[in-house]
Amino acid sequence: MPFSGDAYYTAIFIIIAIHSMLVIGLCLLMGYTGQVSLGHAAFYGMGAFISAILTVTYNWSPWLAMPLAALSTGVIAYLIGLPLLRLRGNYLAMGTLGMGIIFFILFNELDQYTGGPSGLPGVPGLSVGGFSFDTDFRYYYLVWSVCAVMLLVSWNIIRSRTGRALRAIHGSEAASEAVGIDVPQFKIKVFVLSAIFASIAGSLYVHYLSYVSPNPFEFMFSIRLVVMAVIGGLANIWGAVFGTGAVTMMDQHLGTFGELDVILFGLILVLVMIFMPRGLVPGIVGLWEKWKNRRTKAKA
Amino acid sequence: MKRVLKKALFPGLIVLLMVFPLLAAVGCGDGGEETTPEATSQVTPTATAQATPTPTVAPTATPTATAQATPTPTLETYKIGAVFAASGRNAPLGDPEKKTAELLEKQINDAGGINGHKLDIVIYDTESDETKCVLLTKKLIDQDNVIAIVGPTSTGESVALLDTVTKAKIPLVSCAASYKIVQPVEDRYWIFKTPQSDLLAADQIFSYAKKQGITKVATICDSAGFGKNGEEALTMEAPKYSMSIVDKESYGPSDTDMTTQLTKIKGTDAQAIICWGTNPGPAVIAKNVKTLGITLPLFNSHGIANQEFITLAGDAANGVIFPAGKIIALNAVPDTDPQKPVLQKFLTDYQATYNSVPNTFAGHAWDAIQMVVMAMTAVGNDKAKIRDYLENDIKSFAGTGGIFNMSPQDHNGLGPGAFLMVKIVDGKWTAIQ
Amino acid sequence: MSSDQLAQYLFTGLTQGSLYALIALGFAITYTVTGIINFAQGEFVMLGGMLSYLVLDDLHLPIAVAFLIAVIAVSLVGILLERLAIRPAKDAPPVSLIIITIGAAIFIRGMVQQFISKDAVPIPPFTGNGTFSVLGAVVTYQSLWVIGIALVSVVGFYLLLSRTMIGKALRACSINKRAASLMGIDARNMSTLSFLISAALGAIGGIVIAPLAFTQATIGVALGLKGFVAAAIGGFVNLPLIVAGALGLGIVEQLGGATLSAYKDAIAIGALLLVLIIRARWLQTAAGSE
Repeated sequence: MPFSGDAYYTAIFIIIAIHSMLVIGLCLLMGYTGQVSLGHAAFYGMGAFISAILTVTYNWSPWLAMPLAALSTGVIAYLIGLPLLRLRGNYLAMGTLGMGIIFFILFNELDQYTGGPSGLPGVPGLSVGGFSFDTDFRYYYLVWSVCAVMLLVSWNIIRSRTGRALRAIHGSEAASEAVGIDVPQFKIKVFVLSAIFASIAGSLYVHYLSYVSPNPFEFMFSIRLVVMAVIGGLANIWGAVFGTGAVTMMDQHLGTFGELDVILFGLILVLVMIFMPRGLVPGIVGLWEKWKNRRTKAKA
Repeated sequence: MKRVLKKALFPGLIVLLMVFPLLAAVGCGDGGEETTPEATSQVTPTATAQATPTPTVAPTATPTATAQATPTPTLETYKIGAVFAASGRNAPLGDPEKKTAELLEKQINDAGGINGHKLDIVIYDTESDETKCVLLTKKLIDQDNVIAIVGPTSTGESVALLDTVTKAKIPLVSCAASYKIVQPVEDRYWIFKTPQSDLLAADQIFSYAKKQGITKVATICDSAGFGKNGEEALTMEAPKYSMSIVDKESYGPSDTDMTTQLTKIKGTDAQAIICWGTNPGPAVIAKNVKTLGITLPLFNSHGIANQEFITLAGDAANGVIFPAGKIIALNAVPDTDPQKPVLQKFLTDYQATYNSVPNTFAGHAWDAIQMVVMAMTAVGNDKAKIRDYLENDIKSFAGTGGIFNMSPQDHNGLGPGAFLMVKIVDGKWTAIQ
Repeated sequence: MSSDQLAQYLFTGLTQGSLYALIALGFAITYTVTGIINFAQGEFVMLGGMLSYLVLDDLHLPIAVAFLIAVIAVSLVGILLERLAIRPAKDAPPVSLIIITIGAAIFIRGMVQQFISKDAVPIPPFTGNGTFSVLGAVVTYQSLWVIGIALVSVVGFYLLLSRTMIGKALRACSINKRAASLMGIDARNMSTLSFLISAALGAIGGIVIAPLAFTQATIGVALGLKGFVAAAIGGFVNLPLIVAGALGLGIVEQLGGATLSAYKDAIAIGALLLVLIIRARWLQTAAGSE
């Protein structure tokens, strides 16, 4: 891989890190509790706009704005989750989709606060003491550190009792309830956690670009997040990062095919899902195992 | 078994991620800097004799000193970057912009390049996505080593690039509409734009309406950037013409029926309707207006200054009045207008190459690229000098959008004369007073 | 609001709702027979419009012929989608199948943008631009075509499902695939058939609305969404409820637009969410969980 032009590839990986944060939450939600969310861009946008508005219009410090944004998003997710998570399957999908669209419209229309479609430029960058994260190089380490923390948190959840409970819920909600698991409570907790991850991602995004607008938070982006999650592999956390990286890199490099890039993107999605239906990580691991088995068989 | 694998992978990946940017920085380290053209031929301002930019540079594109048929291969290539939304939601705007860039690149190189230097316009498709636009711009700056950037297509994408372009100290000439792209000008040192300002369009509409004795209007604008900025412009300018906006309606850019909003407007005492958006919305609205039998005058923005509006709206397009860049009603432009030969040539060339008529957006790209080329012809391959040239030396430049006079306070450079008021009669554009 | 205005809103809502009903039924049939939410449904609608534009513009054939050709062509696309993309992935988890349909939708959209047109294109109305007045609302001939053809299609669809052997086979598959195959029904063929039907329904919708609304490569997403919403209201299986939901969505959309046009979509979706949540609550209290 050509590493010339450091800021470009570094920038891509910054975006991959930020998007991964979103997808990690989604993997927990979809892969472990089986709740689908087609509107996750809404939480991304909430974090982004709250951070942006507080720092631009009210001159708050980004380090105060970000946690407040995460907290607010968590609260909003809780309030929305209570009625919404009572829905099942396709209805939940519909509900989250609707939520995503409503928030997008709000971001667009409440232009006295959000700046409307033209957005708010001038969002300050991040700095600690005298050290400011104003180059791609520094921002890269910042966002990947945050991402690593989120991965650790998620991994701990999965390995713990909570994780087993979550998988039980995914298997069968009725059975879980019969065993005494408080299903609604778990579902909401994971929903809120994934929203908080998304909010932090949103804040990091706007401090990186120094700009916010409603455009990245549209419905198609929520779908893209789901695509990244599934392509990576829902049932494991590494799938989140891997899937995000794969889709993002593919997106960037298909440009070399000129006009055919969109067509190829769709085609590749279809092919990957046909040949590795559980996602790239399980698929690749599976292939590796098959290859190993073939070798041991040959030896025998 | 799988768990063991994952345990091995995890630390490996972490190490890789931590080390990656260091590898990136070390490998091919001269990624960011362009080599200054010292050894290679220096551009001599005298040879080019471009004290004032005149239309002769643009249409004929022959650098005066070097009259070669092909650019000199030993001279370094001049690279301009371009980010356009050639696909996705803004494709009808970005695709013609891309085509214009390709056309100009060929024309300029066929005429000998820029002072003998080959021109390479590196074009990337942002797919109407802001994040992608930022990444691709970084690619242009760091990997392709461009000296100036043209585009992007939309306001959102343009403002998203502010930080990147300012940090990289590279001039950007945007093809997007909002005045916010170039104001406040103290924070927009490196950024310019070519499209006419929405405020000018609003002024034009209101001043014409006022002459017809209209005092109350209703607006119907699309909810995306162009429409919303238009609504803002109309709101800001209305008091200056003693206009009152009695009803503000809005529609989604992909909505297919606006009879509801128009029915509501019909019930108000508005004397005219002002629609602001890009196709197909305004065409749907024109048709709905006709279907509902509304006889109020229908004004539109410069967003419909293209043949597509007439193709889509059919008969309903007749009677629509809007401010247009002169590219639309070329027959109404007097031969003495310095823009006429420029427009004529552009129209002819574009039509010959692509078998379709260029729209105003294609024109914005043309203006942007020509200005950068003029700057490069005069000062060579230096980002800061190009920026200075763009700010100070673009005077009376006859482009497709108008006659540009850039200044340190005005990075757009267009005045009221940029628009013609046009009415569609029998499916054709006719200039009106 | 005057009664004329109200009549106009209702009528426009009815027209739009008729279109949504066709799309919603398409979602319903593929979902019930195959268990997949077909995200490419909106693209079938778009293809109907774009292909009929192609036939009209390049081949200059009369509209009825264009209609037929487009519906057949899109139905073929539906069959190809099922055979080439869905069937090879039969054992994949449902989420993966959804991603396949998303990929297919992106592919189709890209092909149309690349090989037909990126711009919006017009189609002439079937019988001209005439209008007349009903209860103070302006009604165009074309919108009558929309409502009429949608009605015929819905009734035809219903009759197919309830009166024909094939319809019974489809319904059997949707209830229990294994039992159906034990009865000798080839579930794979039924799967293909369901995609064919949903493609045809979508195409019909796309062609019939195009003279009013123009057609463009990008309209599939929004339309698919609205059809999905309508299908959700009807629980994906209850035909009358789906149609009612579609018409209701159309009308609520217009009424919302008349109130506050900037928030039109938000109001419509908000109303829908309310319906879904109330419905879920009601079902839960009535039957317990799951």
